[in-house]
Amino acid sequence: MLASLSLILLCQLIGEAVVRGLGLPLPGPVLGLLLLLILLLARDRFASLARGPLRDDGVESASKGLLAHLSLLFVPAGVGVVQKLDLLASHGIAIVLVLALSVVLTLLATVLTFRLVSGLLKQQDLR
Amino acid sequence: MKDNPFSLWVYLSQSPLLWLTVTLLVYATTDAVSLATRRHPFANPVLHAMWIIGAFLLVTGTSYTTYFAGAQFVHFLLGPATVALAVPLYENRKRVVSSIVPMLVALAAGSVTAVVSVVLLAELAGLPRDVVLALAPKSVTAGVAMGIAESLHADPSLTAVAVILTGIMGAIVVTPLMNRTGVTDFRARGFAAGLAAHGIGTARAFQVDEIAGVFSGIAMSLNALVTSFLVPLVVTLLVR
Repeated sequence: MLASLSLILLCQLIGEAVVRGLGLPLPGPVLGLLLLLILLLARDRFASLARGPLRDDGVESASKGLLAHLSLLFVPAGVGVVQKLDLLASHGIAIVLVLALSVVLTLLATVLTFRLVSGLLKQQDLR
Repeated sequence: MKDNPFSLWVYLSQSPLLWLTVTLLVYATTDAVSLATRRHPFANPVLHAMWIIGAFLLVTGTSYTTYFAGAQFVHFLLGPATVALAVPLYENRKRVVSSIVPMLVALAAGSVTAVVSVVLLAELAGLPRDVVLALAPKSVTAGVAMGIAESLHADPSLTAVAVILTGIMGAIVVTPLMNRTGVTDFRARGFAAGLAAHGIGTARAFQVDEIAGVFSGIAMSLNALVTSFLVPLVVTLLVR
């Protein structure tokens, strides 16, 4: 468990260091995600890597434990709304309506494009 | 305690322990309620934890800074949780690779819609320029969106609020909306949830279906990348 958590933190640390060092326009944890993914894929190829947290579902179960309560992690930032009460009093309704409409449009555009393209690809496969 | 009952409160209310405990306790309660309603969209645990803790801070006159000194330990885990998304991605890699084309096209369509629609609607609603700028990156996860806001000289703390509100509304609306569109493909539904509503959408997607959760996590990561480039571009084109 401890080794698995360390591995996750290490991936994030390297991600942050590389992003800062090279001035890349992407978040450090996303690079950390790629790094952990590459490690997991490399383990399947090279048996010698399968040790410590990369053995017996170590890092897998630690990650699933973290992801099981993903929503909780947004609560502290969400409570930050108390700092913005005066702005919400003056523009709150407009802001909430704009965000609500935009999120519905985004959901629809994404899901329909996904369906359309995967439908077209399937038709091509049948031909 | 015996000389002044308030001295205990003064001590505790300044310690991280109290606010960390409050965060976990309130969330454990709202999450239990959400589970008891069989994950009803309106029983969203983040939404209810947010207003309950917010009201508690207002009633006790506690500043957000004091609260955050305790809650930061939870907030910090957002980064490691993003890294941890590699595991469901790895375990479902075959399904992900086989749907790479629809994913990339939907990513382009979705991220452009997210940024352009919020900027146009906010201008239409007559919101001040600095608010429009702060709302623009609202569909990506909090840390990234706040970084984008800083680069635009907008208010990152307003962006954080917009991000959370977007996530909650997306998580509430996604299941009924998708049922109405008749899309039963959980890859597509999850991908849309993560793109439009980042981590809160992803948390919702994992509650509904494992595959939806995986695709949601991928959409969230990819959208963080695309939006970092897209927002400055859209803002120069559309904001007066």
